[in-house]
Amino acid sequence: MSAALVVGLLVAGGVFLLLRRGLLRIVLGFVLLGHAVNVLLVSAGGMQRRGAPLLGETEADVAADPLPQAFVLTAVVITFGITVYMLALARAGDPGATTGHPPARSDAPSLADGSDRDDADRDDATADRGRRTDASEGGAS
Amino acid sequence: MTGGLLVLPVAGPLLLSGLLALVHHLRPHTTRLDRVVGPAAAGGVLVFAGFLLAATSDGSVPVLQLGGWQPGIAIVFAADTFSAVMLAVTSLLVLVSLPFAAALGEDEDAAFVPLVLVLMAGVSGAVLTADLFNLFVFIEVMLVPSYLLFAAGGGAERLAAARLYVSISLMASTVLLAGVGLVYGAAGTVNLGELAGAGESSPAVGFAAAVVLLALSVKSAVVPLHGWLPQTYSRTGPAVAVLFSGLLTKVGVYAVIRLYSVVYGGTPRYLWVIMAVALLTMVIGVLGAVGEHAMRPVLTFHMVSQIGYVFVGLALSTAAGLSATVFFLVQYVLVKTALLMCAAVVEHRYGTGELDRLGGLARREPLLAGTFAVAALTLAGIPPLSGFVAKLGVASAAASAGQHLAVALVVGVSLLTLLSMVKLWNGVFWEPPAEDAEGEGTEGPAVDGGAPAVTSALGSRVRPLVLAPPVFLAAAAVVLGLWAEPLLSVSAAAGAGLADPSGWVAAVTGR
Repeated sequence: MSAALVVGLLVAGGVFLLLRRGLLRIVLGFVLLGHAVNVLLVSAGGMQRRGAPLLGETEADVAADPLPQAFVLTAVVITFGITVYMLALARAGDPGATTGHPPARSDAPSLADGSDRDDADRDDATADRGRRTDASEGGAS
Repeated sequence: MTGGLLVLPVAGPLLLSGLLALVHHLRPHTTRLDRVVGPAAAGGVLVFAGFLLAATSDGSVPVLQLGGWQPGIAIVFAADTFSAVMLAVTSLLVLVSLPFAAALGEDEDAAFVPLVLVLMAGVSGAVLTADLFNLFVFIEVMLVPSYLLFAAGGGAERLAAARLYVSISLMASTVLLAGVGLVYGAAGTVNLGELAGAGESSPAVGFAAAVVLLALSVKSAVVPLHGWLPQTYSRTGPAVAVLFSGLLTKVGVYAVIRLYSVVYGGTPRYLWVIMAVALLTMVIGVLGAVGEHAMRPVLTFHMVSQIGYVFVGLALSTAAGLSATVFFLVQYVLVKTALLMCAAVVEHRYGTGELDRLGGLARREPLLAGTFAVAALTLAGIPPLSGFVAKLGVASAAASAGQHLAVALVVGVSLLTLLSMVKLWNGVFWEPPAEDAEGEGTEGPAVDGGAPAVTSALGSRVRPLVLAPPVFLAAAAVVLGLWAEPLLSVSAAAGAGLADPSGWVAAVTGR
């Protein structure tokens, strides 16, 4: 029950942050989502048995399931690496230059002004034209 | 073939990648070694896949229980004909893509070849593993180098696309991991052999595996989860897009097919979902392609559309349907790579893929134009090329299963494919360069006086060496069309193994 509540809260927070503008918030959202999934994995092994899963130390019926813990360990490492890479991506280049809008808003920190508007539907004619203009400007400069 | 060797296509490239990185660290600025080691590793995996194909042709399944643990505890590697076919196709693709990237000068970065080798190790592992969590890990092993390759070289547009690509992939990976956790919670195992049929018999496992399938559908870019693909693949480096198109989404497709045929035992209960998704993917993908005006966006939308064809065979879940799927997948990977290579050559030499700014290349570049024409007609499914055999297989499997809507759409989408291929052909190769049409002002601000038709800037033509990989792949399309029998029999074996996975399951579980 408590695990389910924790997972629900973390997912809610993560999804909320994912839907915000700015890559930094999206990264934080992914961190929360990653934690949610880790709790989910641990609870998949059962929350009742908490003993250390060591032969000769703990009886088999009270020992925790070690496999989900190994899963979580692997997942934590992967999530950590990708989080760092995403932070680097958020920092790389001038984010404002890619959006088809005026360059970075001066009132906002540049790190948080990530790819928020890049996802604009490219099928949309205006967005497409804006992108093209942008590309040709980039080529000229 | 003993199962112990199954670790080679994963360990070999990983090891070579590490060694190459070490060499680069000790002696910077040497790419000559990379240009030998990279293709050699891919060739090695290709040869291995050939042996594997021979070894699995009689239906036997080599198995490796890693670490010598008992079946059921060990992490399992297993290979049937489908795995061997996928291994062969992906390694062949890396083999031709590396020299292509070198010819375009995209492998200048010291990390390029080592990263591609890690990518290849991930792909090989994903098609060989028989463990759901291991599948997740290998997909990550494959994705992490792809993130780096995607953004390498920088440029504002490429970085923006990389942000989108990484975000979408990470989202899908998170859902995939959650699905694996749910499967473990519901079934108590993530061994695919132990999970055989569990999706059908237990609703909880069925739901949990559906979460995994959902995540894999994002990776394989089926409608309605396809939006990221045309947005990203058309904005990264051309040679990188070539490499990704044949490897990344195909692993997603492979995993969906494997998972559905094993975990759900091909149960007809959910097939209508897959059929609906497949048909939607075919239609929406091709409509998207018709609406685009540059080479790579058109081609990437066709990737979406063709994945729909692949899924039609899966949705039939008959032996005929699944073998049609395998045949389609193989020939489609080859021909799509050829097309993307043509687009990459045009973009590299003439600086743009926009149809408005290109034209008349057929006279300047006859070899390129011929290659593109053959590959485009293959994609549209014109006989006697391999695309025709593949689509005929899908359509006849659908017809014998009574899915007449699917048959009609297979034919109709082929016509639309042909239409947009003709548009590309006209825009890039046939019509006179766009300067004749200038001044009409209908094309928006990009094509005004500041951006003249690029072909007016005459210079040297594309070197024949650059064209060798796409010519080879287009020739393969012709050969597979005229002499389809060997691949047809291989894909029939793979399809039979998927329609009745009991041999694979028995080998994996050791029972």
